[in-house]
Amino acid sequence: MTSGVAMTPSVAMTPMKPLVLSQFTATSCIGSGVAATLASLVGQRSGLKPCDFETVKIDTHIGEVAGVDAQRLPENLKIFDCRNNRLAELALRQDGFLDAIEAAAAFWGRRRVGVFIGTSTAGIMQTELAYRARDPKSGALPSSFEYGTTHNSFSVADYLRRRCRLEGPAVAVSSACASSAKVFGAARRMIEAGMIDAALVGGTDSLCLTTLYGFHSLQLSSPAPCRPFDVARDGISIGEAGAFALLEGVSERAASDSVLLYGVGESSDAYHMSAPHPEGLGAKRAMLAALASASLDAGDIDYINLHGTGTPSNDRSESQAVTSIFGPTTPCSSTKGATGHTLGAAGALEAVISVLAIQNGLMPGGVQTNRIDPNLTAHYIKENRRAPLRRVLSNSFGFGGTNCSLIFGRAG
Amino acid sequence: MKLSGYIDGIGVLGPGLNSWAHTVEVLCGKQPYHSVPTVLPVPAMLPPAERRRTGRVVKLALGVALEATGSAGADPAQLPSVFSSSGSDGHICHEICQALALPAREVSPTRFSNSVHNVAAGYWSIATGSMTESNVLCAFDASFVAGLLDAMTQIIVDRRAVLLVAYDTEYPPPLHAKRPIPDGLGVAMVLTPERTPRSIARIEVELTSDVADKMPEPELEAMRIAIPAGRSLPLLRLLASRIQGCAILDYLDVSRAAVRVEPCT
Repeated sequence: MTSGVAMTPSVAMTPMKPLVLSQFTATSCIGSGVAATLASLVGQRSGLKPCDFETVKIDTHIGEVAGVDAQRLPENLKIFDCRNNRLAELALRQDGFLDAIEAAAAFWGRRRVGVFIGTSTAGIMQTELAYRARDPKSGALPSSFEYGTTHNSFSVADYLRRRCRLEGPAVAVSSACASSAKVFGAARRMIEAGMIDAALVGGTDSLCLTTLYGFHSLQLSSPAPCRPFDVARDGISIGEAGAFALLEGVSERAASDSVLLYGVGESSDAYHMSAPHPEGLGAKRAMLAALASASLDAGDIDYINLHGTGTPSNDRSESQAVTSIFGPTTPCSSTKGATGHTLGAAGALEAVISVLAIQNGLMPGGVQTNRIDPNLTAHYIKENRRAPLRRVLSNSFGFGGTNCSLIFGRAG
Repeated sequence: MKLSGYIDGIGVLGPGLNSWAHTVEVLCGKQPYHSVPTVLPVPAMLPPAERRRTGRVVKLALGVALEATGSAGADPAQLPSVFSSSGSDGHICHEICQALALPAREVSPTRFSNSVHNVAAGYWSIATGSMTESNVLCAFDASFVAGLLDAMTQIIVDRRAVLLVAYDTEYPPPLHAKRPIPDGLGVAMVLTPERTPRSIARIEVELTSDVADKMPEPELEAMRIAIPAGRSLPLLRLLASRIQGCAILDYLDVSRAAVRVEPCT
């Protein structure tokens, strides 16, 4: 096994002070809230189904969250109404998350809690719908259409800060499918610099026509449910999710069995807008940076939650990058066969899955995968495994060659 | 809590503003301001095939990033970056939404991959060969200060220089009526934790409840309000005139950013 430390990137990477995930929640097609999510992981259930979304006619599968359209936003925030913010609201209501945010705001002060939310779609579907309803004469969009509070990438972060009445710095991170992993890095810097004490981090991405038809046009979506690391894998299944965590410095508020964020590593491929570096050099750099920031060696990682989209190129380059650092024995899997690729929410969703893995001693086997590609040398697991997990690494990569790796673990 | 560091290089492109040197002349009153459409350079740093695919937002961001790193004497390949914009490529967004409203729903694959909010950061990394991290942010009208805060926390926590690029371009009709950004404006800065021979000024940033500064010239005040990157204009004025002072910049509804400037000359 190669040592991670010897290949630490040349960039200066200060070890980070670990942060507590004092509360977290996730809502995706495998369940609303962590109990339902965990039950699906334990049962190896997938939430993917043939695409029947809106008026979309594409031969593909989707991971749709049940009950999004039935969600109602509070009266004073109606201007934010769109599928993406309804999904954020639905996710926010699980697991006592709103109460946890309120308690943190009361403890630290509203101005000392920041908001960092990843999204790639935001509520662009509102604009898609508005373009179908243009005035036949003038071409104008309907007067009811609101851009800033729905379509704009900031809309979901702005919705959440108003919904939770948080007054600290607030921002959306929008770097494609790495967005809601990178929020952990932005929040960590802000906490370590002393600007805030706690952060609402996470991501929300929702089904829309732009991503369904867009990935289809690139021939990156599979007609079948996605099969990460399968020899016959042929693309992604698009999903949607809302996943959040409350991140804060280690204080008397932290429970002794808390899960901590130990490392964040980020990099760029400098290669291509929509294809990963063929040898996974950017991915490798992000994983090494995460290890360095956590002051850990490759051998300290017990399980890797892969980006594992199920496209031929992603899985090939990610497998190479993983093997070059961790060798062929560290168990890894992708949970996208269960949840679909939730794009801008994937980083946060898989961060929560990583935390559940640690808390429950569960390495979730990758579902949908039939025959593992023999050319992929990483140790991909299809069946669930039970083992105590101290440190877990989670990968998220995106268009534009943007990469982010996170390391979570038990205290101590 | 105050975040402090140094500005080593600046790039500006906007309506009637062709470079940082030109912007200094305008902000110091040595040249009158003439509002003309933003002139965007061809990104010669990109391979020809990639160059053809880039839209206005990429040209704008790369243009100001190149000017800032050049004047700072910084190697772009080694610099982490923060790209902050209130929107992605408005023209691509329009074309995709228009295509999706037609029965055939034919979305161009190149347009789709260039529709991501991090399109400029992606092309910057391809053009410069930079494998360092790039954070890509959006805070609607607050995007300039959101980017500044992230960049400042990076230089403080990681103790290394960072490139900040704040940029916004227009939407075509009919979206333009809903988001009336009149033209492209980009502002880039190389921020460093320690003073260097190239340092222009030391800055200190903190959040405040004070009211944001306005620009005395009506046309520049209009730009400050109409284009999110223009929220930086009161800071650019202090930097241009090389005088000590404090600029209050618009940020969120509940807070503004106070940026104290001490020139390095």
